[in-house]
Amino acid sequence: MNSIKLRVNGKEVTGQVEGRTLLVDFLRKDLRLTGTHVGCDTTQCGACVVHVNGEPVKACAMLAAEADGAEVATIEGQANADGSLSVVQQAFQDHHGLQCGFCTPGMVMAATALLKENPKPSEAEIREYLDGNICRCTGYHNIVKSIMAASGQDVPAMAAE
Amino acid sequence: MPKDGGIGSSTKRREDVRFLSGTGRYTDDINLHGQLYAHFVRSDVAHGKINGINADAAMAMPGVVRVFTAKDFEGVGGVPCGWQITSIDGSPMQEPKHPVLAEGKVRHVGDPIAVVVAESLGQARDAADALEIDIEMLPAVMDMKEAVKDGAPKVHDDLSSNLCYDWGFVEDNKDAVAKAIADADHVTTLELVNNRLVANPMEPRVAVGDYDMANDEHTLYTTSQNPHVIRLLMGAFVLGIPEHKLRVVAPDVGGGFGAKIFHYAEEAFCTFAAKQLRRPVKWTSSRSEAFMSDAHGRDHVTKIELAMDKDNNFTAIRTETYANMGAYLSTFAPSVPTWLHGTLMAGNYKTPLIYVNVKAVFTNTVPVDAYRGAGRPEATFQLERVIDKAARERGVSPIELRRQNFITEFPYATPVAVEYDTGDYHATMDRVLEMADHAGFEARAAESKKNGKLRGFGIAHYIEACGIAPSNLVGQLGARAGLYESATVRVNATGSISVMTGSHSHGQGHETSFAQVVSEMIGIDATQVDIVHGDTSKTPMGMGTYGSRSIAVGGSAMVRATEKIIAKAKKIAAHLMEASEGDIELKDGQFTVAGTDKSVAWGDVTLAAYVPHNYPLEDIEPGLEETAFYDPANFTYPSGGYACEVEVDPDTGKVDVLSFSAADDFGNVINPMIVEGQVHGGVAQGFGQAMMENCAYDADGQLISASYMDYAMPRATDLPMFKVDHSCQTPCTHNPLGVKGCGEAGAIGSPPAFVNAVIDALHRGGHKVEHINMPLTPDRVWTAIQNS
Repeated sequence: MNSIKLRVNGKEVTGQVEGRTLLVDFLRKDLRLTGTHVGCDTTQCGACVVHVNGEPVKACAMLAAEADGAEVATIEGQANADGSLSVVQQAFQDHHGLQCGFCTPGMVMAATALLKENPKPSEAEIREYLDGNICRCTGYHNIVKSIMAASGQDVPAMAAE
Repeated sequence: MPKDGGIGSSTKRREDVRFLSGTGRYTDDINLHGQLYAHFVRSDVAHGKINGINADAAMAMPGVVRVFTAKDFEGVGGVPCGWQITSIDGSPMQEPKHPVLAEGKVRHVGDPIAVVVAESLGQARDAADALEIDIEMLPAVMDMKEAVKDGAPKVHDDLSSNLCYDWGFVEDNKDAVAKAIADADHVTTLELVNNRLVANPMEPRVAVGDYDMANDEHTLYTTSQNPHVIRLLMGAFVLGIPEHKLRVVAPDVGGGFGAKIFHYAEEAFCTFAAKQLRRPVKWTSSRSEAFMSDAHGRDHVTKIELAMDKDNNFTAIRTETYANMGAYLSTFAPSVPTWLHGTLMAGNYKTPLIYVNVKAVFTNTVPVDAYRGAGRPEATFQLERVIDKAARERGVSPIELRRQNFITEFPYATPVAVEYDTGDYHATMDRVLEMADHAGFEARAAESKKNGKLRGFGIAHYIEACGIAPSNLVGQLGARAGLYESATVRVNATGSISVMTGSHSHGQGHETSFAQVVSEMIGIDATQVDIVHGDTSKTPMGMGTYGSRSIAVGGSAMVRATEKIIAKAKKIAAHLMEASEGDIELKDGQFTVAGTDKSVAWGDVTLAAYVPHNYPLEDIEPGLEETAFYDPANFTYPSGGYACEVEVDPDTGKVDVLSFSAADDFGNVINPMIVEGQVHGGVAQGFGQAMMENCAYDADGQLISASYMDYAMPRATDLPMFKVDHSCQTPCTHNPLGVKGCGEAGAIGSPPAFVNAVIDALHRGGHKVEHINMPLTPDRVWTAIQNS
């Protein structure tokens, strides 16, 4: 077992983990932060995307022990201080960017990272960035719209409707 | 303009807040005190005899509590099938036993042989590696046409053959159809495959069983689209637990698409093991396990013949389909290639004679059952492909050939047993051609040609039968259940409302759209209405969500219950205002007496119902809670026209989808935003089937597409923005909301539009390719070009 200490959503946490424990399992089981989801076992679907030291990471592709000393942000920490939804979260609700909600935490975390890197992405850039996040419900149409809206761009002008 | 929050408004979804903030509660988020973990040990061969299982070493591993095998399930029922089909000769379908854990033989890769239950998942997995299982491989039954030949190896030794049933529909028309085809001016024939798919909801299946010894009560938390159906099937047919001692909870469910309708062995196992071990038992599917244990979809091989007279009027259709059942009969499997497929073979067209033959076959593959559309995509694909081929053979426009044969008068009784109540197919065709700028296509095609690309335009029309279904009818057709829906409307003393629905939402947004309906009927704010679903201890017996039935059947039950509420509330209001009940009107949450200025508010009436001091106790009971069960009079018939434009690179076979337009007629629409989202998702899955997805087995029965590395799921870069429209509305005539259902349309109508567009592009490039089987990967398209 390894002792780890890290910050998750701004709070210091400690844990005892097996060498094989994945970060996503530590978050979900030990910390009960069940907003981060597991949709596959080959790091393809992106439902488990969190931020580690500010970078988007698939939490199924990182050992919990590797996160020792890191700053981790999950979907549970995305809302504003007053509890209201973040700009990205709100845009997903406004533009129906989610249906079953299972891929959504990963999508929101990926989108938030994208907008930090590229505040005004084009439709093509958004689609390219989401290549590691699979959604089975929305056909991506409204996810793309949501992210365009979150970046302050004109959604009706780009949507094909 | 609809009122904000009322019927017809694009109200934002209330459920989104929890999903966006990570506070949703999916089954895998549930952990019970003292919980154990189950790991299923599955067959890695397609067909084999189990000579022995030695669990001694596994049992000795750290943390292992018990290893279960088929021996532990002696006296326990098999996983049941909910639909019986009768063959042409009058015999019932062959129905093999489907044990919870494999007995004597394994019959597909993924067939569960044993389960290790341990204190942690890691310990269960470690111990599984120490399990010694001696399996003698047997020849795998894979090809359906080979499987039904005399002397073929059998999937089930106790059945007479691998043929589940041989179904003819409508058998009385068979000779007339044969004569019409023999006498036809022209017959177009097409052989095609409807490729096997995996539904792949993003949330893998999970089951948590719990047992309360004090009250002898079982609880199963499961990823289901229909918890009451699971309770009935598992309680009555597998484990012998009466309903009042069995609670099934399906909390937030991360997508279903059909794959979470069925009762699965893992649900029965966890419920059973929790009682045996007196501790909660949890199983969470990995994605790889999902590929080899979730029911698959489609997998039909079909020959279709379309007969026409000299003026290109359709005179007859004959089809012969081999439908793969897999190794066992999943819950609704037999109904999919028959009643959900044969009855749709008329499509949007007035073909007077139709004969459908379906041979359902057992193979050493994962069971096949309903996946988004279920039977209707298979019917639509055949029809819409053969019509395009016929148009080419006859030298006419595929659009005009469709228009010429469209059904235009309603109600219309098809020769395949269903009666369409409403529709306007010319309207959806007009609308989709406008949306797709069909008029400008030739100019765009010329531009593509300059760039060395082949541009194609594909059109498809569809009809589907949704809102399943009239119970007496489906009973005659072999269903072993009724298909009504239920709702309880519980009005609280201060006027807020809880609606308990038998429908289940796993992405469809019922918590929002159902509340829109009830709040509008009463005239109160939608935030005063909560929708409760997914727990058999809270909701009345209901049949759940599939087949685009929720608003049409579940919504209708809710309307009926709300009407009962309003009728009773009016009696109370009449008493409070000392007026005649017949003069009471309800508008915007106020009861008024017609022609007077008297009024009482909704909240005053509801309070009176629960504090009945001034109340007509001699006439009515206190309280305000009503239940309705709604059994539909007919199916609903959504329809629409879909258009797709593609560009094919003739050097590589790569296809780019440039635009996709959908003009649907869903009848009345409750929440346009949600409806459009359903079409986007359906079209994306149709795109997946047409262009990318394929569940592939090798000749030995190995599943070679069992992860997201091997099974191509559509990603954001694969798809364009979609143009969707539902302004063509011919309301359903037989349900109170005039709604038809929208969940499956995109997956039904789009595959032939994609394929028609690619074939059109190839012909425009001079490549005489009549058909390519889905998915239209670059390899398949390039090969077809080379062979043309």
